[in-house]
Amino acid sequence: MNKKIYLTAGYNTISLGSGRKEFNPKKERPGIEHYIKEAGKAVVDKIGAENIDETVFSNFIAARYNNQANIPGYAPFIDEKLRFKPSTRVEGACGSGGLALATTFKFLMSGMSDVILTLGFEVQNTMKAVYGADVLAAAGWYHDRKNGHAHFFPGQFSDRAGAYFEKYGREYARKGFARWYRNAIENARLCPTAQEYHNTNPDLEKTALTEPNPKVFVENLNVFDCSKVSDGASAIAIMTEEGLKRCGIDKKETVEVVAFAQAEDDLTKKPEDPTRLITTEKAVKLAMERAGITPEQLGTVEAHDCFTIAGIMAVEAIGLADYGKGAEYVYAGKTARDGEVPFNTTGGLIGWGHPVGATGVHQAVTIWEQLTGNAGDAQIEIKPERPYGMTINMGGDDKTVTCVIYKRPE
Amino acid sequence: MTYDERLSNVSVLGAAGKMGSGILLLTAIEMTDLSLLPENKDKVFVLNAIDISDAALKGLIEYVRVQTRKFAEKKIVWLREMYKDNPKLVHNAEIIDDYINKVVQTVRPSKRMEAAYDSYLIFEAVNENPELKVKLFTQIDENNPNEPWFFTNTSSVPIHYLNEKANLGGRIIGFHFYNPPAVQKLVELIAADATLPEVVDFAREYAKKLKKFVVDSNDFAGFIGNGHFMRDALYGIQTAERLMKEENYSFPEAIYAVNKVTQDFMIRPMGIFQLLDYVGIDVCKYIMSVMNPYLSDEDLHSDLLDSLFEKKILGGQNSDGSQKDGLFKYEKGKITAVYDYETDKYEDVEPIAAKIDAKLGELPEGHIPWKKIIRDKNRNEKLARYFSNLEKTDTAGARLAKRYLKNSRAIGLKLVSDGVANSEEDVNNVMLTGFFHAYGPINDFLNWEEIK
Repeated sequence: MNKKIYLTAGYNTISLGSGRKEFNPKKERPGIEHYIKEAGKAVVDKIGAENIDETVFSNFIAARYNNQANIPGYAPFIDEKLRFKPSTRVEGACGSGGLALATTFKFLMSGMSDVILTLGFEVQNTMKAVYGADVLAAAGWYHDRKNGHAHFFPGQFSDRAGAYFEKYGREYARKGFARWYRNAIENARLCPTAQEYHNTNPDLEKTALTEPNPKVFVENLNVFDCSKVSDGASAIAIMTEEGLKRCGIDKKETVEVVAFAQAEDDLTKKPEDPTRLITTEKAVKLAMERAGITPEQLGTVEAHDCFTIAGIMAVEAIGLADYGKGAEYVYAGKTARDGEVPFNTTGGLIGWGHPVGATGVHQAVTIWEQLTGNAGDAQIEIKPERPYGMTINMGGDDKTVTCVIYKRPE
Repeated sequence: MTYDERLSNVSVLGAAGKMGSGILLLTAIEMTDLSLLPENKDKVFVLNAIDISDAALKGLIEYVRVQTRKFAEKKIVWLREMYKDNPKLVHNAEIIDDYINKVVQTVRPSKRMEAAYDSYLIFEAVNENPELKVKLFTQIDENNPNEPWFFTNTSSVPIHYLNEKANLGGRIIGFHFYNPPAVQKLVELIAADATLPEVVDFAREYAKKLKKFVVDSNDFAGFIGNGHFMRDALYGIQTAERLMKEENYSFPEAIYAVNKVTQDFMIRPMGIFQLLDYVGIDVCKYIMSVMNPYLSDEDLHSDLLDSLFEKKILGGQNSDGSQKDGLFKYEKGKITAVYDYETDKYEDVEPIAAKIDAKLGELPEGHIPWKKIIRDKNRNEKLARYFSNLEKTDTAGARLAKRYLKNSRAIGLKLVSDGVANSEEDVNNVMLTGFFHAYGPINDFLNWEEIK
């Protein structure tokens, strides 16, 4: 980091989709403009539109879900003071939000801007999941689609789960999945914007252990192992010291970026070891090396649990547990909100929701909330010996990964 | 002849009707699925949709197109497997569109009976008119060299009657779907004594492929489903008539009261008179008239239905599935007014409801509406608690409900003792799966001896 960078004024819309009481698939729903405006405006109102130098959007594939491209043009739509200012959209599938953070950091470090509005969004409920699967499959290599599963990404991670089962035991691993699911829903119940906020299921682990049915879904995962289809947006203001001054923001209301790292793998290649998230591992290791910290100093993590198995593997990729021991680590409650390292404290992708392009930004908003004491009912205790927060955002099957490490400013 | 060969050329008579269209849809899907199997690659499957109206046949094709999409979406995993060797169709959406086209192409709409002359299997879903059915079967059988099998969807005409009159030599079986066939799980299977065993075997396999739940009924007019429903409805009419005569209810008040008791106090999906409207008053009257000649110890007939029919108070459904007015007037499926027999006008339901609800009394404690209880995992436990409270309640509504339940149970038991149903379980299964009841009529929820 060639200069200090701070995040502040984060905002999440609700994650709308099945599970929310207000969601009715048969009724018309708000479009992308609604989400962009709500999240964008919330941040702009806190920092002042006139103070913003530029906007960075993350979105996966509005061109297909909403027939809309040229996303940068939505910046002046948020506030007319953003008219004629720079605006950029980045895309890396489910890792788009992380790319937006990294891109924002780099823009700030370039010296060309001091205050950037970073906003991620996705509105997926415009089509049924069976057709949405076609759209989401574009996060994989197109040439793999034909031989892929009807539910393409669940199919990919079902294969990973199968490999993990074979190596470490099916029942053992599924116990970890079930606990992951329970943690996700229990955390989501504490966050009013979460898609699973209204979930009242009294026996989550039992539900999570429902046998997978390959006739209607995939071989090694059930629907509770998967994040849902979501509409939502998340936005946050990211700025330099200069920017803080300009906006009149107290550092107490911010988190500081300690380090970040990106890693990319070949889209056309299959994972060499399906039981590991190797690209995630690279990004996380590099970010921690740059931050000069060890996993033992992490106070909370927002991991990319598009599937329970991805959550378990992320625990291992960080180095909190050895390969094959992630399920045990989770099952023992160490990732629960009162555990060693609370993970996904507002529900993560499974509990809070996964509006694809918003997810990476949502993770940053959650860390900002937790480290500044703005997490409401979902607030966890950040212990002094573990002051760091981490976000891991992953695009596709461990292809486009961004890891960011945060702490409260001195 | 194999299962696949039998289904290679099929005709549906009355294909554009309420039941026929569902039967056509399910059969078109089953035939298309067979055509996708590698061993059937070069075979052609033909499904003749025969009906009398061009407009209705056009609507039928649209219905098939829309409904097939829902089926295709649910079995996309299997479809992708079937399409795996076709490199041009990659996305789920492409495969589903292609599959819908294949199903639609299987269907050949026609107004000409001649289309059925090449078929190996004939589904019949025309009006519940025995003579019409006999005429069509005879005509097809005389002109079709394949000795086709006849599957009739009749809900009331004895199969042996059709077999004998049309001289089919046992190539016929009752295959009674419930409305709407695409959704309802139940099929009543009725083999006449003369029905050939291979016809029965095929019918079972076909039902299994359609994922239907089969209840065997013996060959008595009305079978189990209508055997229960028609008598239950008649009891409802008699109860309403008694309320008018003995308790000074007006006609609309009596209709409202019995409907309320049967729906709410008895936790059924709809009240008995709404169900009459749903099925159609004309249809019910007709079914009773078809059944009645075969019944020696009872008179299954209602003067009220006859005169409602004359006054053109018919119920039934519009082609879009919405409810037509009958004993009740409906808006978006909700009852807004009740028919008054005296004035031949509809009366607003609200004042009637206010008066009669007070008369019937509160619902007993532990009442759970049908919509909720049907999804409850501890359904029977909760029903037992509710019915035990009902038993102790002495309001007008509770008294009517108890007697109604007792009668409904007696109808079920008689179906078993008369040999229509093979078991009490079969009666209950028909009411549970064909009528969506939350509990079977033959149960031990109440102390039946005590109810007078």
